[in-house]
Amino acid sequence: MEGFMYPNEVELQWSVLIVLYPFLTGLVAGAFILASLERVFRVEAVKPTYRLALLTALAFLIVAPLPLQLHLGHPERSLEMYLTPHRASAMAMFGFVYLWYLMAVLLSEIWLDYRRDIVLMAQSSTGLKRVMYRALTLGSTNISAGALRVDDRAGWFITLIGIPSAFMLHGYVGFIFGSVKANPWWSTPLMPVVFLFSAMVSGIALVLLMYMITSAIRRRAIDMNCLDTIANYLFYTFVIDFSLEMLDLIHRIYEADESFRSLDFMVHSRLFLSQIVLQIFVGTLTPLMLLALTQLVQFSEQVRKRIYAAAAILTMIGIFAMRWNVVIGGQLFSKSFLGYTTYKMGFVTKEGMLPAIILVILPFAILYVLIKILPPWQEETAAMIQAEGID
Amino acid sequence: MTLSRRQILLLLPAAVVAWDFVLAGTPEEAPNYKMTDHWWGMLLDITKCIGCGSCVRACSMENEVPDGYFRTWVERYHVDDWHIENPRVDSPDGGKEGFPTNGMTGGKNFFVPKLCNHCSDSPCTQVCPVGATFHTADGVVLIDYNYCLGCRYCIQACPYGCRFFHPDRHTAEKCTLCYHRISKGLTTACCEACPTGARQLADLKNPKDPIHAFLKTHAVQVLKPHLATGAKVFYNGLDGSVR
Repeated sequence: MEGFMYPNEVELQWSVLIVLYPFLTGLVAGAFILASLERVFRVEAVKPTYRLALLTALAFLIVAPLPLQLHLGHPERSLEMYLTPHRASAMAMFGFVYLWYLMAVLLSEIWLDYRRDIVLMAQSSTGLKRVMYRALTLGSTNISAGALRVDDRAGWFITLIGIPSAFMLHGYVGFIFGSVKANPWWSTPLMPVVFLFSAMVSGIALVLLMYMITSAIRRRAIDMNCLDTIANYLFYTFVIDFSLEMLDLIHRIYEADESFRSLDFMVHSRLFLSQIVLQIFVGTLTPLMLLALTQLVQFSEQVRKRIYAAAAILTMIGIFAMRWNVVIGGQLFSKSFLGYTTYKMGFVTKEGMLPAIILVILPFAILYVLIKILPPWQEETAAMIQAEGID
Repeated sequence: MTLSRRQILLLLPAAVVAWDFVLAGTPEEAPNYKMTDHWWGMLLDITKCIGCGSCVRACSMENEVPDGYFRTWVERYHVDDWHIENPRVDSPDGGKEGFPTNGMTGGKNFFVPKLCNHCSDSPCTQVCPVGATFHTADGVVLIDYNYCLGCRYCIQACPYGCRFFHPDRHTAEKCTLCYHRISKGLTTACCEACPTGARQLADLKNPKDPIHAFLKTHAVQVLKPHLATGAKVFYNGLDGSVR
């Protein structure tokens, strides 16, 4: 501790788990928005990643509330948020936005998109697998051309609703922080917008990486048109995201209100590594320059792949650092603006580094299972169906 | 009548609950207390505070406040000349044991007692996802410990640092304005223990409360007025350097 803090402020309230929460939901929203490009805006180039993006979004969405649950002092009471929500609370709306997004949007869209495959797999498989796929059909086994047309239309409509829902899911996370007037580090109307664009950036980067990794594992050639298009979208959204963050920064510096000296000191000391070095230089400017380079210079496929992979990894680091700086940074200074505290992260504690690491790995494990059950690769499904001689 | 072992086993939990009820005793009654007749606040006279820490100790004992956490605390300010934006502030252990001399000369020193401001537009109650922290009809902000999730959003939302996370109860915690006392016609523990009368419980709805005469004749201020929280803890002699 340095300077003066109100005595109750010495202890940090929101830990690394609360850093994870916006990070994970951001990946969900970003991955979904990328998937919706193909569906609603007919960007055919990103088609190879459509299903993968949806499954990635689902895997991360399943894990997203877990850090919150683990953080609660009384996790057994969390259901009260659904049963007796306090309507004035931004946080109370979490449950509803989450459920809406999970049930109404993501699950419906995945189900509609996979329904034909599920029915075919239920027909071609045996034993327990057959039981599982039959259960997944939810009794809807009509895969006539007319029925599939209805699926397609319904899927399109759900994606259409899904885009504002994805915006809401993450914009609302930003609002949770942005609406705390007691905390000048958080309190800005730009917060939901910044969160939204950073979510899109991180989600697109994740899907790009997942596509490259899964292609490598499956020993399939990467569709370069697809990869280039995703990288372009990553670049454009990143430019918007960075501009918004810079707007916020410049506004704070120029306005220099009562909190400025305190926050400025913090950025130059306790947050220097995570904000200036990791977030801005390593996680934003470097990937932006790498991506800009691919727009200016005609590189070979191999070089482009490497650049994209490097840019995506750095982007993920940068966005995680951004979440860290918002959540942890917002608690390092006193609301008296006269002092600073430090955050000490435990390792094998309820809110320590180990549970955080597990929560980051968990979505990938879930994604692995989802990919096994619902293979997102169109050509494999087609081959399987052909082998069965069903279609 | 003979009881089988099975019947005794069935009756045992009920007996435990009944015994617990007996031990708790009959709750004290407050038959004459009508919530809507009151609107509680507090007056803090900085010119009278001597930084003895009696209020912090009294609060701590009365409300079993865990060590290292504070429902009320006292800050010592030192301001050099015109540097009101850079006061030197300290509050060793919340001022619980008073203040050792700090050797500061050439400026002004004064003490500022702090507690929950029982704001009428409180940011803490606004953010609670389940409404576990709420306003009573008599203007006190309380927490239902059997309902609080322990998400700590309210602690983040309080601009004054008045809330903390109870290490044993795992819920949010703060000053209750000694609700168990004031609803029975007593004053708060801190006000009772203050040797100089620097802290005065005030019933803003009671026209006979001396606070009305005081507010009409003194320059009083609330903390962080720009945040418009409707704070009901009024300070007399509040220096511009106080945060």
